[in-house]
Formats: sequence, C-alpha cells, structure tokens
Amino acid sequence: MRSVAFQYHAPRSLDEALAILAEVAPEDGRIIAGGQSLVPTMAFRFVRPGHLVDINRIAGLDRLSEQPVVASVPAPDAAPGTELVIGALVRHAAFHRPVVAGPLGRLLTEVAGHIAHYPIRMRGTFCGSLAHADPASEWCLVASTLDARLVLRSVRGERIVRADDFFTGVMSTAIEPDEMLVEARITLPSAGARMGFDEFSRRRGDFALAMALVSFDLVDGRIHSPRVGVSGVEDRPCRIAQAEALLEGCVPAIDVFQAAARAAAAAVDPLEQPQLPAIYRRELVESSVRRALERAWV
Amino acid sequence: MSAAIAAAGETPVVDRPTEAPVAVPGTTAPHNDRPDPFGQSVTRLEDLPLVRGQGRFAADLSFPHQLHMRMVRSPVAHARLLGVDASEALAMRGVVAVWTAQDVVGIPCIPLREGPSVELDPYLQPILARDRVRYVGDPVAAVFATDPFIAEDAAERVSLDLESLPVLTDATAALGEFAPGLPTQPTTIRKGYGDIEAAFAKAACTVELELATGRHSGVPLETRGAIGRYDAARDVLELHGAAKVPHRNRDALARMLGRSPHAIHLFELHVGGGFGVRGEIYPEDVLVLLAAMRLERPVKWIEDRYEALMTTNQSREQVHRVRAAVAADGFVLAMDDEFFHDQGAYVRTHGDRVADMTAGILPGGYVLPAYRVTGHYRLTNKTPAATYRAPGRFESSFVRERLFDAIAQRMGIDPIELRRRNLIRPEQMPFPRGIETIEDNIVFDSGDYPLLLQKTLDALDWPRLQADLQARRAQGEAVGVGLACFVEKSGLGPADGVRITVDFTGAVEVVTGGASVGQGFETVVAQICASTLGVDYRRVRVVHGRTDRIQYGVGAHAGRATVMTGSATHNAALRVRAKALDMAASMLGCAIEGLDIVDGRVIRRGDSGPGLALGDVASALAPTARARGEREPGLTAEGWYETPSMTYPYGVHVAVVRVDRDTGAARVERFFVGYDVGRAVNPMLVEGQIVGGVAQGIGGALLEEFAYDENGEPLAVTLADYLLPTLDDIPPVEVMITEDAPSPLNPLGIKGAGEAGINGVGAAIAAAIDDAIGQPGAVTRLPVTPVRLKALLRQRAG
Ligand SMILES: Cc1cc2nc3c(=O)[nH]c(=O)nc-3n(C[C@H](O)[C@H](O)[C@H](O)COP(=O)(O)OP(=O)(O)OC[C@H]3O[C@@H](n4cnc5c(N)ncnc54)[C@H](O)[C@@H]3O)c2cc1C
Repeated sequence: MRSVAFQYHAPRSLDEALAILAEVAPEDGRIIAGGQSLVPTMAFRFVRPGHLVDINRIAGLDRLSEQPVVASVPAPDAAPGTELVIGALVRHAAFHRPVVAGPLGRLLTEVAGHIAHYPIRMRGTFCGSLAHADPASEWCLVASTLDARLVLRSVRGERIVRADDFFTGVMSTAIEPDEMLVEARITLPSAGARMGFDEFSRRRGDFALAMALVSFDLVDGRIHSPRVGVSGVEDRPCRIAQAEALLEGCVPAIDVFQAAARAAAAAVDPLEQPQLPAIYRRELVESSVRRALERAWV
Repeated sequence: MSAAIAAAGETPVVDRPTEAPVAVPGTTAPHNDRPDPFGQSVTRLEDLPLVRGQGRFAADLSFPHQLHMRMVRSPVAHARLLGVDASEALAMRGVVAVWTAQDVVGIPCIPLREGPSVELDPYLQPILARDRVRYVGDPVAAVFATDPFIAEDAAERVSLDLESLPVLTDATAALGEFAPGLPTQPTTIRKGYGDIEAAFAKAACTVELELATGRHSGVPLETRGAIGRYDAARDVLELHGAAKVPHRNRDALARMLGRSPHAIHLFELHVGGGFGVRGEIYPEDVLVLLAAMRLERPVKWIEDRYEALMTTNQSREQVHRVRAAVAADGFVLAMDDEFFHDQGAYVRTHGDRVADMTAGILPGGYVLPAYRVTGHYRLTNKTPAATYRAPGRFESSFVRERLFDAIAQRMGIDPIELRRRNLIRPEQMPFPRGIETIEDNIVFDSGDYPLLLQKTLDALDWPRLQADLQARRAQGEAVGVGLACFVEKSGLGPADGVRITVDFTGAVEVVTGGASVGQGFETVVAQICASTLGVDYRRVRVVHGRTDRIQYGVGAHAGRATVMTGSATHNAALRVRAKALDMAASMLGCAIEGLDIVDGRVIRRGDSGPGLALGDVASALAPTARARGEREPGLTAEGWYETPSMTYPYGVHVAVVRVDRDTGAARVERFFVGYDVGRAVNPMLVEGQIVGGVAQGIGGALLEEFAYDENGEPLAVTLADYLLPTLDDIPPVEVMITEDAPSPLNPLGIKGAGEAGINGVGAAIAAAIDDAIGQPGAVTRLPVTPVRLKALLRQRAG
C-alpha cells in the first residue's frame, strides 16, 4: 500500500498550475486537491500518476461567492438570477454551516453531514468530488439534480459544461487531462423552494448505497417544476423524469410521494455489484425518494 | 440492584455478595491504612507512555542497516505454481534478494502449537508456497530491499506462472483435494454423551434448524509486524514484534530453525490489539528471522492493511444443522448437531481447536441429558482460519440460543422460562459436562446460572422493558429485545510461574511469561502482587513478553493471563512476603507473627513506629550482607500455579434492537451484559474488556463479513468493505459484574473476563431482530446485513 514514485509540483498560481498540467498530462499528471480519494487509490496502486500538481497553495481557489447568472454557453436558456460559485479549493467542511441564505444553503449543510467523516471533510473538496465522479458522491448528485455548470480551464482556454454532460460514467467525466475544474456554479432556487435529501449507508460516513435529492416549488399549493435526482445506484447520478412527471401539479401528500418513489425505483437500472441485488437497490431508491420528498415537504 | 450496573464511562460497581471488604486469601490481615488494591478499579499502569505518544509498536522499531521485506502473494485462490520469475525484480537497484520456496527448502511447515498430529500435519502451511497456491494472498516469494517502496515496486515485478485449479469456497459442498490423496476434510470431531436415539424417541417435540455464522475476525488497528535481527557477537537471533504467546512461539521457531531456545529470543513491543489473531506464527515471522541470519542484516516487515485483511487469521465461519428433542414441559432431552467448519486454505497453529471448542461448549449451561455432535473440519480456498476472541463460543452460543428460542416458540413457552427450566442449578455444581475439549475434561467449577439470569432481569426491570417495547411496536416501530445465556471458559492450564524480586529501593519487579495485548495485564498483575506482598501497586514493575528474562510462559490467550499468571504471582508474592518477614524479624529482634507489611514497610502490628523499609530488608539479603546469615541471597522468589482444569465464568447478554423496515438496517439501542467473573481484580478493566467485546460482537452480528466470490476472490480487503463498527454503531453498554461464584480452582477465586463481552452478542441480537420484526426464528445467519434482513421482510410480505 505504497504508491509508485511520482514527481510533485506545487504551483503558486492558477496559470502556473495549468502550464504544468499541460506539460505533465501526457505522463498521467494529475491534480491533487484534498487527496481524500486520490491518495487511497494511489496507495492501492489503482492509479499510478507520474506527476502530482498540488493546487493547495494557489490563493483564491477557495472562493465561495454569489454572482448573477451569466446567460451564456452552454446554458443560453439559463434563467436570470443568482448563482452560487464554488471554487476548486472549497472544502466539504465549508458547508458545515449554510453558505448562502435560503433553502440551498440549508440543503448543502444537510448533505455535507453525510460525506465521510470530519477529518476527511476538512481536506476533501467539492470540486474534487465532482472530478473524481464516484457514483455515490453526494456532491455529484447535488450538481446533477440542480443542474450545476462546471467551469473547466486549461492553457487552451475555458469552457463551461452542464452537469448532464459532465458525468460520463463511473469515475469518468468530461474533464480533459490538461483541464482543471476551477469552479462549480449552482443557481440559487427561489426562497420558497422545497428541498429534501435522504441516503442510506451501512455506517455513518460510508459511501451511500442509494440516495435521493428532490426539490420543487409550491404554486397555489401544488408541486411545480419538481426535480428528483437519484445516485449511488447507477454509474452516475440521474434525474428521474417519470417521478417528476407524477409529481408535477399534484398537491403534496404521502400517496403522491409514494407513487413517485415507486416510479423512481422502477426507473433505475442498478449497477451489478456483488452482494447488492438489484431488487434491494430499488427498495432503497424507493425509500430514499419518499423520505427526501417527505423531508422537503415538512 | 441497579447500583451494580455501570453505564459506559462510570466506574463500575461490582455486585459482591458479602458486605465485608474482600480479603485476599493467604495474607495475614487486611492492610488497614491503604485500601487493598485487589478488587479496586485502580488506573492502568501502562497508560502513561501510550497517552503521551511514547508507545513503541512494531513499526516504530528500526535497526541500523535494516532491510525491508515485501511478500509476493498469490492473486488467485487455487492454482498449480509452475514457476516464479524474479529476474526483473532482482535487477532493480536496492533489491538484495528474492526468495521462493526453493530458497527455504529445509524449513518445515509452521507446526501445530500443541504438538504434531498425524491427521493435520499434511495440511500445514509452508512459509512460501511450493507447488500450489491455495488462497488469494498465499505467500509465494519474499523480496528483500533497502527501502520499503523499492521492495513493493520489486514485488510487483516478480511474475508467477500459475495454472488454475478448481476453487472450493463452500465448506458444506462436496469434498475437494488439498493435494493428491489428501481430501479437504482432514479430520472429524465427534463428541457426546447420553442416549440420543432414546431421547428423540420419547420426545414430545423435535425442533430442527440450519444456522450459519459468517467469516469474522479480529482486526487489530496495529497490523502485524516482525523485525528479525541476528546478533552475531552473541550468537542470538531476535524476533521483535512478538505478541500473545512469545514463549510458545520461541520454542516452535527454535525447532523450525534448528536453534537452541537459548539462542533465539522474542520481544514483545506495545501491541495495538491482539484478539487471538495477532501473535501466532505466520510465514513472515519465520522469513524475517531466516533472512536476518542469511543476509546478515536486520529485516523488517510491516503488514499493510490490505494484507492484514487477506492473510491474518480469519474465524467463525460455520454451518450447523442442529436438532433438539424436547419433553412436554420444555425440558430439553437431547441436542444433536452436525456442523461444517470452514478452516480456509491451510491448517494453522491451532489445528482443529476452534471446531473442537465449538463442539465442547455448544451445550452451554443447560442440563441436556444427551448430546451428540459431529464437526466436519474442512479446508477451502480462503484465508486460513484460527481463533478469534471467544473462539467456538460466539458461534455455538448463536446456535444453542437460536435453538432454545425456536423451542420456546414451538412449545409456546416464554423463552426466559424455557431457559430457567433447563439451566444447571447451583446445587448441581461442580457439574461434569461429560465431554472433553482441547484436552480438558469439562467440569463447570462453580456457578449460579439462574441467579445471574434473575439479577439481569431485575436490573433491566424486564416486565417494564417488555411493556415499553410493546407500546412502541403498537406505534408502528420495529423494535425488540433478545436474550442469550452462555458459559465461558478461561484459565486454560496447566501451569505458569513468575519470579518476583524486591530491590534495595523497595521497588518490585515481577517477571512473567505472560503477555500484554493491551488488556491491562501489567496493572492486574501489579495489583495482585501488591495486595499479597503489601506494597503500593505503582511500585510494581511487570516484565512480560521477553523470553530472555524467564524460561517459560503462557502468554495472553484463552482468558489465561489473569487466572494463571495472576495466581502464580500471588504464590510468588506469598513467598517473598514470608522471606521478608523472616529477615525483618531477625533485624528487629521480634517474632514473625508480630509483623506485617504495609505500604512497602515491615511494621510491628499495633505499633505506629516507622518499621523497616522493604528495600532495607532486601539490602540485608544481598549476597554480601552479613545480616543474611544462612538465608538464600536476594529478596526474591519464584512462584508457580498449576490448575487441574479450566474455570468457567458465565454470562447473560440482552440486546434491544430497532429495525428500519425500509432499508433493512438494524440498530442496537441498548446492550446489557450480566457476567459472573468469580472475583474481579479490577472491575474497571473487566468492564473495559466487556465493552470492547460487545463492540466486536455487534460487528460480527451486523456488519463485519469476510465475503468471497465464487472464484475465491476476497471481497473485503479494505476497511471500506470490511465494516468495523464505529462509535456510532455501539450503544452505551450496561455492565453488571457479579462475584457470586468464585472459582474453587485458584487461590484468588478469579475467572477470566476477556471473552465475556462478545460471546452471546450474535445470539442476543438475532433474537432481538426476530422480536422487532415479529418473525420468530427469522434470523438464521450472521451477520444480519441490511440485504439479508430486507430479504426476510420481503419473504413475509410476499
Ligand atoms: C473513508 C472515506 C470516506 C468517504 N466517504 C465519502 C462519502 O460518503 N461521500 C463522498 O462523496 N465522498 C466520500 N469520500 C471521498 C471524499 O469526499 C473526497 O474528498 C472526494 O471524493 C475527492 O475530493 P478531494 O479534494 O479529496 O480530491 P482528490 O482526492 O485530491 O482528487 C480526486 C480526483 O479528482 C481530481 N481532481 C481533484 N480536484 C480537481 C480539479 N479541481 N480539477 C480537476 N481534477 C481534479 C484528482 O486529479 C483526482 O483524480 C470519502 C473518502 C474517504 C477516505
């Protein structure tokens, strides 16, 4: 459980980091942020990077701020509003308290509490989680369900990718080897938005076997524009259109939630995993979606 | 009664039958001005370096010029080993040697501790695989390099030529072949007494179950480690990082390496958890010694976590097919069991003892006039198995108590009442069980089992607990309670000795062949010595785990240390005390009878004078001191303790468990342990042992499992897959220690406590889950994972 030898780089600026990354990318050069996923996988020699580009000394990457939504590629239809900007060095622990007022801040705090354990949350980063793209990552579910925009930068320039296009499979994303995820942007929901989260893991802090994130607005007492996201079950987080369709326009009630939860359970296609039969994963999806909806409603 | 129960964190109170302070038998009088340390929850002597970060574990120890060893292990579960190519590794800078089986031809397989066995010896593990590999992780080659990183890089480049063989992962399946002509069942264990057939013929009812316990084991946070060093100047071979049984291992290693036991010594460092698995002889221990001699440099090996979960002894995996013959009143006439014990790929140092112990202790504390057991001891292509805390007992308690719950259900008798009707009564003590196990004829030495059961029910306010749970179930919660009764065993003999010496400052040294695996051994031995001798326990230094200081030792296993080493310490302290009084009497010019030793000083009874310091008495006994006269030099004595048989403590476990019907998760809300330890030398340490055991039991009942796929690929090789319970999974454990049945077998009346906490956990939790989900008999297999529990719930729903 000792990694293979690698070269270590500790750039002081973003430009320097991107320049080094461009240079070492062909020799499996990688960014190291919190190291909480990368270091264990290196110890097991599942990955053997030739170079590590440590971004921890770059000032400003821990930026956590609000800014007006820039309606641009790839989301020309992005509604005007405000977005939360999460820089590459924002740690999980930054969310221990709400980072913005309103439902999103509360939700992120709730979600952060489910990620690993305290010492890991002090090091691990939001963006590192997205880049790592574990199918059971809470932040990936947040990004996917809330339609985050991911800002990728390299010496070649900058591009913005929607969460939908960003996650491409188990631990695989749209990030090119020479690119860095410099920030994630999430549109702030309306002040009255309802959001709920639920997950099931064997022990506190373990990766979840299933989780669900839901959000909806209430218009005249009825559910409007619901989002139902599920993760930890398929190779990447996914929205469940069938469940959303069932919820749209309904008055929130237990049986409505139950029907949506069942639809979600039926819609997912669980990954084959030893000792985790698909039927069980579906049952977990059902209970997670139902509980997330109940939590959003209460 | 509730005063006797300590919630976690409080100092435990012992439920002692007598009001009077407990006097140590053999001492002349209670030491009045300082409380007798025996029976007190004094703080641990061993903690200071540990809490200051001054502890020294195997990885902390290095010798100048040392080499690092890295094993090359089999990536497959069963294959013919056609060749090993190490040329690429050998060419790397920093690589000093790569060994395969050919390099260690003269070294025998790792022997059974208890001596050769015609049946088992052909199945022992060689230190490097010869012509077959038999489990994933089987050591095939050893790389020695100047740096641990280089060693690991080089190990990757050693290539193995393997030809697959059929893989056996199920101990109940048809037998395979260990080697040509050697079937995978080396031996069968048979025990019993009474007329089984007659009992079943006259039974009012018979109950039959199939039950299984999963692969589960001790996972010390400190992985194994071994540092071999050859001191050519003195011609002494040293193994550092020993644990558990240093003396027994020294003797075995001396035989394997063809050395005199005087020329090989084992040294224990701090031990970050033992639990039965750490401290056995494994291939790596032998290899570092051999390499230290041949390569003429110290050789260090530290196991990594991946290896620990793949190669350190595993345990517990058994399938039982058990049936009971029951009379109309619920009295169990007979128990008949056939079980399959999954030993994994090789027979290791314990041989078939876990299976044997299972068979021996399965009847528990019930009368059971007839009993028959057949144990199939089987090899598979998984990591070899051996003892883990409460070996054979965690498994057999699960089987027996599940059976009793099933009988209660079938007969419509309350499970507590059923147990009462079957428990051995105090007037039947000592109770010969009628069978032997591990060469010991089982005789329950003392006990009042119904009393402990009653005390437990009273402490819990059983009727009220039942009513509360009922009310919660009526509200829709899935919550229930389960109870298990068991008899433990401890104090496996036959003999242990210690040497006690008082120096001229009055400090006391106890040299023992015992071992510390972190259980508080030094403190307990110091307490016994201090109590008997009449000194402050903090002035007692306990030397252990060093074969160069004492010739024999039993180590720390099988609930032995306190009973055996403690009793020997008591005997030695009595002799030192007698010698000190004799010398002091002549120095003070008075009769021995008028003297006592209090707080390290010899005083005249009833006299407030300063008396004589023990150190001065020791000086007077120096070889050169005139005052000594004809006495043997030195204020020192050896003491031995021999026991005719084991001593049997007993306990009751109660679990309250809540089940989440949606996810299948089970949470232990409350755990209660009632345990009769005979006499508690240090109640705080007894409690600590119990609480730790409960935690491990909860792991085995709900979380931990060394699972394998059908190719023998281990599925739990990281701590993200092998789920140890965390603090969050363990409720505050309530402990009630009683002293109703001191052992008549040893001078102090003590019984062991190390395995009390884990024994009945699987059984109690299983019963509680049944109760919670309202499906009696549902749980037949441990661990009860959410997937399995959901399947049980689904079964009922569908
Ligand atoms: C015991 C344990 C339990 C855990 N439990 C959970 C859990 O329940 N839920 C959960 O979500 N996570 C869990 N984690 C993982 C943890 O959250 C990690 O912190 C996170 O997955 C990765 O973030 P990091 O900053 O540590 O990334 P690193 O480990 O530094 O990097 C991970 C990968 O992402 C790449 N990378 C990192 N930052 C960037 C960037 N800005 N741009 C491009 N590539 C980048 C790296 O090159 C690497 O390939 C757990 C980890 C441990 C050790």
